[in-house]
Order: sequence, then structure tokens, then C-alpha cells
Amino acid sequence: MARLKLKEHAINREWCKGCGICIHFCPKQVLELDSMEKVVAATPEDCICCKLCELRCPDLAIEVLTDQDEKND
Amino acid sequence: MSVKDYLRERYFPHMWCPGCGHGTVLNSLLRAVEALGLNKNDIVMTSGIGCSARISGYVDFHSLHTIHGRALAFATGVKFSKPELKLLVPMGDGDALAIGGNHFIHAARRNIDMTAIVMNNRIYGMTGGQFSPLSGLDKKATTAPYLTIDNNFDVVELARAAGASFVARTTTYHALEAVDLLKRAIDHKGFSVVEILSQCPTHFGRKNKEGDATNMLELYKANTAKLGSKALKENPSLIARGIFVDETRPEYCEAYEEIIQRATGGKR
Ligand SMILES: Cc1ncc(C[n+]2csc(CCOP(=O)(O)OP(=O)(O)O)c2C)c(N)n1
Ligand code: SF4
Ligand code: SF4
Ligand code: SF4
Repeated sequence: MARLKLKEHAINREWCKGCGICIHFCPKQVLELDSMEKVVAATPEDCICCKLCELRCPDLAIEVLTDQDEKND
Repeated sequence: MSVKDYLRERYFPHMWCPGCGHGTVLNSLLRAVEALGLNKNDIVMTSGIGCSARISGYVDFHSLHTIHGRALAFATGVKFSKPELKLLVPMGDGDALAIGGNHFIHAARRNIDMTAIVMNNRIYGMTGGQFSPLSGLDKKATTAPYLTIDNNFDVVELARAAGASFVARTTTYHALEAVDLLKRAIDHKGFSVVEILSQCPTHFGRKNKEGDATNMLELYKANTAKLGSKALKENPSLIARGIFVDETRPEYCEAYEEIIQRATGGKR
């Protein structure tokens, strides 16, 4: 499998409830809560595109967009 | 199709509390449906009442939000009249196994082709944290301030004994596994049951000092193990995850079609 390259974390701030699940279980500590208790990608350069944040988010508020997704669209 | 194409985005953000596992069940289910490439016009979701049951409002399939405990009864009616449709039936543990327990065992006994998903948070979330038949011993609930004395059902053993031909269990921590099990359950011809342990931080978590949603997921990780794993062999008190039953058995709608053919001498 070719390594996925990150384009961006698409975060829906209206939907995110700041539960912290994605932050806690990110293997690379990429994510954090901002002052509004919404998730932001603080160190996107460390992201390995495992998409675990996207899979576990109870609010469907975070999407990990990669170069692969672009080709598939 | 992307996952969002199966959502009714106009109802978001959804009504579930921050960190509620039911949202992750929705997430996993949509990914399973997407991976199977199902047409949303071929899917019917029926649900009863409960926080869990609200899931049917968020999916862009045909949906029936019905009455407490009767999601499988309505699903049976739909499936029996239109066997070509895919039936998805998510239920809370109270919905499925307290008030709906009878419907559950009889749908399993008939082996009617549908996918029952038990979103098991071990409590009545919607009505304020009463204990359920899945709470188990020594738990706190609004109706058990001095701890429960009721034994719990084991969803897997109950479904197996009642005749379900596909039975699996996972948790909201194991989201990739949940997608895989849901795919296989939906693909299975016959009555399939997927139990997904789903955290209710607001009631079960708070009353039983299990911490926030994140901590409850840590507990799913620590307290469960894959069927056949070394971890499970070494510590049988862990909750087993995986596929417990996967058998091919006569399906109810097909058997009924044969009866129709017999009764009409094949003229239908
Ligand atoms: C016939 C009937 N009895 C009782 C109720 C009250 N009631 C609503 S939801 C619910 C239980 C919800 O628990 P569960 O099914 O486990 O779902 P959760 O909210 O935890 O997801 C009850 C008892 C009802 N709506 N209808
Ligand atoms: S898991 Fe989802 S809702 Fe929770 S903080 Fe992350 S993006 Fe927000
Ligand atoms: S894709 Fe993986 S590494 Fe990247 S932010 Fe999400 S959980 Fe962290
Ligand atoms: S009360 Fe519990 S089950 Fe209901 S939405 Fe809140 S966390 Fe989820």
C-alpha cells in the first residue's frame, strides 16, 4: 500500500463537541482543543494518516483528506 | 459515494451528548454501508425509542422511527412484504432486550434476513439512567442507588441460543473492527446480531465512576480481547470480541416464498 500523504484535516467546527476522543487516541499527538473547545490540528506534519480520529469521532466532525482521496474523487 | 452522502446533514450536529458512543456506531455503520456499495434506496432502517433509536433520523435511507422495543417487529413487516430490501435495525440494550426481548428472540428463531445492532451502553440513557437487563451486578443507576442485584444477559449467548445465524461483538473503541463486522453481518443471509459496546458517559459513566468518554474507551480496550487470542486464553474474564456464529441456515422469507409456490402450484 502506498503511503498516504496528508492534504488537510477537514474539521467541522459546528459539529465537533470537543469530546477529546480523537485527541487522546491519536498515535502522534497531532490534535488539540482550542480555546473554543473545538479540535484543531496543531502539528499536521506529524500526521501518519491512520484515520483513527475520523473513524472514532462520534460526531463525524473530522476527516483526514489525503492525496489518495483526490485521485479517487 | 462518500460517507456524508448517506447522512441527513440537515439534522446535524446530532442530539447525542459529547463523547456518546452511539455517534461512533453511526460512523462505523455508514462506513460499512459505503464499503459494501449499497444503494441507499435499497436500505430500510427501523428503530424503536431511546437515544440509540434516534440514529434512524440521521441516515438518508428509508427509515421508520417506531415504538419502544418494536423495531424488529416493524422490520419483520417490511422485510416480509419486500424481501428484496436490506433491513438495518439498531437498538439500545433496553429497547432490544428489556421491552423488546421477546421480539428479539423470535426474530432470531425465525432466522429472518436482517441486521440487528445492539448499541449496548448498559443503561437507559434517554430516560435518565435506569439500569437495564445488560447493566449486570453491582452497578449504580438512578433505580439502583445501592447497586444492582440483577444478573445481565449475555447478548451473544442469548442470540446464539435463540437461533441467530450470525452473531458478533465489538466496541466503539474498535472502530475498524466494527466496520468489518457490520459489513459481514449486513452481507449475511439470515438474522445477524452485532453487539457494539457503546459508552454513555452521561449516565453509566458518571454513576459508575468510569470517567469521561475517553476513559470509557480505554476500559473497552483493556477489558476485551479477540476470540482466539492469547490474551483471552490467559484471562478468560475479559469480554470476547469477534464472530461467534456464522452459519448458513434456511431463511424465513425464502421459506415463505416456497410455501407460496407450493400453495399456488407455482402459478404465482
Ligand atoms: C412503551 C414505552 N415504555 C417506556 C418508554 C420510556 N423509555 C423511553 S427510552 C427508554 C429506554 C432507553 O434505553 P435504551 O433502549 O437502552 O437506549 P439508550 O437511550 O440507552 O440508547 C424507555 C424505558 C417508552 N418510550 N415507551
Ligand atoms: S472526536 Fe470528534 S467531536 Fe470529539 S473532539 Fe474529536 S472531532 Fe471533536
Ligand atoms: S490520521 Fe491518525 S495520526 Fe493523523 S491526526 Fe488522525 S489519528 Fe492522528
Ligand atoms: S444520555 Fe447517554 S446514551 Fe443518551 S446521548 Fe447522552 S451519552 Fe448518549
